[in-house]
This record gives sequence, structure tokens and C-alpha cells, in this order.
Amino acid sequence: MSTQVHPGDKVDGFTVESRLHVGGNGYIYHVTPPPERPSPFPLVMKVPGIGAGEPPLGIVSFETERTILPLLHGPHAPRVVGSGDLSVRAYLVMERIEGESLAAIALRAPLPAEEVARVGAALADAVHHIHQQEVIHFDLKPENFIVRASGEAVLLDFGFARHKRYPDLLAEDTTFAAGSAAYVSPEQLQSNRSDPRSDLFALGVILFQLATGELPFGEPATYGGMRDRLWRIPPPPRSLRADVPPWLQEIILHCIEQDVDRRYISAAHVAFDLRHPDQIALTNRAALVAGAGFGRQVRRWWHAFRSSTVAIRSPALPADGATVIMVAVDTEHLEDERHLSLQRTTRAILSLSAEFRLMVVSAIHAAPLGEGEQLDDTASGKQREHRNRLRRWVEPLRLPPSHVSLHVIESYKPAETLLDLARLNHVDLIVLGAPAPSQRALAWWRSAASTVTANAPCSVHVVRVHDDRARIDDALAGAASLDERAGTGTDAGS
Amino acid sequence: MRFALLSDIHANIEAFDACLAHARARGVDRLALLGDFVGYGADAAAVVNTVMRCADDGAIVIKGNHDEAIERSGGYFNDQAHAALDWARKTMTDEQKRFLAALPLRVDEAPMCFVHASAASPHRWDYVDSPGAALRCVQAADAPYTFCGHLHDQILYFETTQRRMSAFTPTSGTPIPVHRARRWLAIVGSAGQPRDRNPAAAYTLFDAAKGEVTFYRVPYDHHAAAGKIRAAGLPGALAYRIEAGV
Repeated sequence: MSTQVHPGDKVDGFTVESRLHVGGNGYIYHVTPPPERPSPFPLVMKVPGIGAGEPPLGIVSFETERTILPLLHGPHAPRVVGSGDLSVRAYLVMERIEGESLAAIALRAPLPAEEVARVGAALADAVHHIHQQEVIHFDLKPENFIVRASGEAVLLDFGFARHKRYPDLLAEDTTFAAGSAAYVSPEQLQSNRSDPRSDLFALGVILFQLATGELPFGEPATYGGMRDRLWRIPPPPRSLRADVPPWLQEIILHCIEQDVDRRYISAAHVAFDLRHPDQIALTNRAALVAGAGFGRQVRRWWHAFRSSTVAIRSPALPADGATVIMVAVDTEHLEDERHLSLQRTTRAILSLSAEFRLMVVSAIHAAPLGEGEQLDDTASGKQREHRNRLRRWVEPLRLPPSHVSLHVIESYKPAETLLDLARLNHVDLIVLGAPAPSQRALAWWRSAASTVTANAPCSVHVVRVHDDRARIDDALAGAASLDERAGTGTDAGS
Repeated sequence: MRFALLSDIHANIEAFDACLAHARARGVDRLALLGDFVGYGADAAAVVNTVMRCADDGAIVIKGNHDEAIERSGGYFNDQAHAALDWARKTMTDEQKRFLAALPLRVDEAPMCFVHASAASPHRWDYVDSPGAALRCVQAADAPYTFCGHLHDQILYFETTQRRMSAFTPTSGTPIPVHRARRWLAIVGSAGQPRDRNPAAAYTLFDAAKGEVTFYRVPYDHHAAAGKIRAAGLPGALAYRIEAGV
């Protein structure tokens, strides 16, 4: 079986140009497509290294990537345009991603916190989109991310990945230690390849690196060295660089928790926190300024040594569960009877979610500028008032502060605002009220609820007050009177 | 060449017909029926009739342990299974019985091996219920692809780089690439008596040209099949098993 290709070769119509990269997972070449199959984007060909002197898992990695990569859609993975069979000629032709490698960005570390948050949120977006498609990457590292000029991150190299619907060809394979020494999660070192939160550990190591310029567990050359992370508490980023803000340290240490169950549940939550530092409930993690003492480290080492393997609970966590829930609350009409129904429904939904993030959102009318008023004063005063109202609204639900965030947004188009917020924050479920009986005379399609329902990127739960016949009759009567007014030239829908 | 693989139909003509229709709609070229056509259900004669027609059309047909029990009542069967086998003997013609008695235990068509239980010793009716049993099975089959039934769940075993077998539970309707470079063992599922609390009939498609295997679950009128079991006076538990998928 021949695996090598050379510039000038033709492979199934693709013309091989120059070699771009030699890596642990094969060779990358520029290629041009056959004239009858023009491509709207530049292409590269990946050829696995097979044979003497090549990694023994080259073929399996190639087989894995060839299965998984074509299944992925969206902007966070390269598009595949062709591939060749292992038994004939193994190759994969895919989109060449234009942008800056995260490895180049990492060379500039330490980066300012704002930049770490911006880049980190883009990385978390990409990881979340992959997880939503039932894929775990298992080899996140700066070399495998490209950041496009638009700021969007793209994931490369799915040779160690796992798709929930396909056999894991790398399962039970003890000949490889999975992932890369600096970034691999503790559970991967114990041959556990079933938890998407392994990717969050690697993501946390990357954030640590971007924020401090150092690696939390170094870059061990031996398997024994890698296993240190099963017990060793990493230095808090603020002990290496004092200007790392507490919120960023909170996020990083939350990602690189040794115990899977103490990590973030989803990359969507990481992205959310990186975009809303002011909403993060700080814990002890944020306060640490010195590494763990010698005595504590020794105790943890002894514990890990005696138990020899860290107990791993059955993961079975859905990466695509409804973990970010957004409730739209109308804080301009607090006396409305719909609030009780909305609270009751929210409580019922949260009682079914093991782990969640609740965004409580009020889209208020943009404040008009009064005579001689300063924009900032008016806006922030109104913002504060509505924020307080949201806080009072959410209080009866008795939720831990780390699970709730409050958002007051001024807007002329509340439905569009809610939709934008839902898209940006990977919301899984939107809960909002149906139009009140008195508003039902208006066409349904003009309501915010209908616009959100029609265009939401996720499921929508529309809450309606359980009403009786009389109220419906009232609404119908109201509709009749509105119709009359419409007949006389009044705009009934405004 | 696209194969439809059905096993453990167990005298359930409704489930059998539903799987055949589902497979034909997907352009199947050839059928492989992996045994246990009778037992448990009420329609042994109708099922065997269809099997004989399929055989005339070129289907691969394998004998299962329940089919064997029709000719010589031995082996281990519980009382309910015995009742269903007695019923089958009463309702089947001599020609149908002769047909079942003449079926092979294993068929090899490179690169495939078809068997009801384990290829390691088909006549012993061992279950392929562990990676070790799967390894013994594929070693005896000596082919890249082995298809069997007997165990009613759908499982795909694949060979790891260390030459062990690893089990995977497939999702209905997802085509899985199965490259010849390693060995694969597909337990195709039970059409007539699924036991994973999902009453939908199970069967499997294999596209030999593309090297792709797709496991399917096909909902059918399982209440009708259960009703016939009760109407035949067979133990009610057998009807319940069809309704609940247990």
C-alpha cells in the first residue's frame, strides 16, 4: 500500500501541490481539485503516515477521522470534499482553513484577560458545537485550533475523536496514551473515552496557558509524569501572574478540576462565563493566590497511590442536554398574572435538570432621551431598577447564585434581542409567556412569542395562564371592539 | 450487493412482513435469514411459508435451535417455549418440517460467514455474549464479516488493534463503515421477539460494496401479533413479551 504522494501527483483527480505540514498524524499537502469539480474554497489533502518509522496508530487515526469528519457540519470543522479507501489509497481532501493557528497566538502569551476571554469563548463555542453533534475531540491543543479573521475558531485533527453513534476504534487500546502530554485529562490517562468533559479539561489547560504563558502540569515526557495530574493540585494562575483577574482564575480552575464531576458540565457554560465575567459567582477557586502546600500535595499523592486508580463514575452525561435555559420576564408589567405561571413552569423545568444555567432576561423598551438628560444616567438608572425587579422575580426559585444570571437589555425589537442572546449563549430552551388574553385580539404572528417561536435556534416553551371560558369570551369581545376601531382607521396592531 | 439480515423471527409474521417491506424499500438485493423461525409466536406455518418462498428466490437460510427442536424435541426450553413448539408442530405441514430439518447450521460466502449462534460450534447453540465469545466466533468464522442471531439484542463487535473484540451498541438507522482491514461480528437482532423493552422489530442491512452496516428498528403492529398468541391459547406471558419487548 502506497501512502506517500509527491507534488505533481494526481490522486482521484486532485493535483498535489506543495507539502504544507508534517505532523504526528500524517502529511498535509496543498491540492487543486479536478476542473470538473471546482471548489469554492482552497483545499488540502491529508495522507496518513503508514509503515516503518510512523506511529502505529496512524491507520486507526485515519480511519477514525475519515468516519467522523465528513459527519460534522457548521463552521467549526473543515468541510470534507473527498476521501480514499484505506485498501486502495488512503487520503482525505478537506477545506483549508484560513486564519491564525492558536499555537501562534499562544506564543504571545501571557495575554490580557479580555483577549483570553474573547479567544477562549470562541474556542468554547467550537467545542460546544462539536459536542452537540455527539463528537468528543479528545486531543484539544493549540496546534489543533485555527482562529479565523472573523474571530471564529475551527477544530482540526479528529484522529483521536469519538462519535457516540460509531464504534470507538481506539477503545480498549492500551498502546496509546490518548491526547497530548500537556493537555490530556486525568480520565483519558485511565483509558476512559466516554466523557465530553475531558475536552473541557484540555480547554482549561489552554486558557491557563493563554493567561499565564505557562502550562499547569508542564509537558511531561513520560506516562508516569503525565499521571501526576491525577493528584497534583496545579498552581493557581494568579500565583504565576498577579494581574489575572479572579473571575478568569475561577473559570480556568473550574475547567481543570481533577474530578470530572466538579468541572463545568458543558462547553456552553464555559463560553457563557467567558462572555459574562460580571455574572460569575466566585468560589474559593478565585481566591487562591498560592499553590497547595507540600503537606497537602503529599496527602493527595498518597491517596492516589493507594487507590491506584481514581474512581470514575459512569459518565453517561448527554453533551446535548438542555443545560442553558433562558426565561424571558416582562419586568415592565410585574402585576401581570402570567408571572406566577412562568415561575411555576420554570421551577418544573429546572427540577428535571441535573445541572443547568438559568438566564433570566428582561428586554425593556429603549429609554428615550429626555430634555437635558444624560444618556448614561437615565439608562443605567432604568437598568438598575429592572435588574432589581429580575432579582425579586427569581428569588422565590431559591437557586444557587452560580446557576443564575440576570440580563436587562434595552431594545426596540425585544424578540430579535432574545433570539440574538439565545444564539450567542448556546441556549437549549427558551421559556416565555404567551400573549395575555387581552393581547390575543392582536394577530398571533405579531407577538414576540410567535417571532421567537418561529426563529429560535432551540426549543421554546410558551407558557399560558390556565384560563376559563369567561376570559376567552372577554378576549373575543375585545377583538370585536378592536375590529370596529380598525374599521375606523385606528391601527389595531400597534 | 445489499443484504438484509433477519434472525429470531419466532413465528411472528407481522414483524417478519414489516422488516421485509422496510428492507425492500431500501433496495435490498438478497436476504439472509439466520434461524429461529418458529417458537414463542402463533404463526409458525405462515412464517415458514414465507421463508420457503424467500429460499426459492435465493435467500441464505440458516437453522436455529428452535427450528431444530421441531424435528427432535431435546435441548433446553422452558415450559412456555415448549408450548409454542408443540403448537408449531401441530400447525405445520410435513413439507415445512422437512424444509426446516434440511437447513444448514452455517453458510460461508466470502467475505461473509452466516450462522445462528456461534461459528465456533454452531450445533452447541452457545451465546455470543462477551468479547471472549465474540473472538472465538470470528476466529472460527475466519472471515472479515460474521453475522449471527440467537442473542436477541443488536450488537456490533469489532476487532481492536490488539486483536481483541470490543462491543458497540448501534443506533437505529445510522450507517456504520466496516472496513475489511479488521474483523466484524454483527448480532443482527430479533425480528419477532426483541427483549430490550422496545417492541419494535429488529434487523440489519449490510452493503458489501460500500462496506457499511446499518442496524434498524421497525415498529409494527405488535398488538396484533400478541393477540394471535392469546387466541391460539398459548401462555399469556408470551403475548406480554411481544407487547412489552421483554
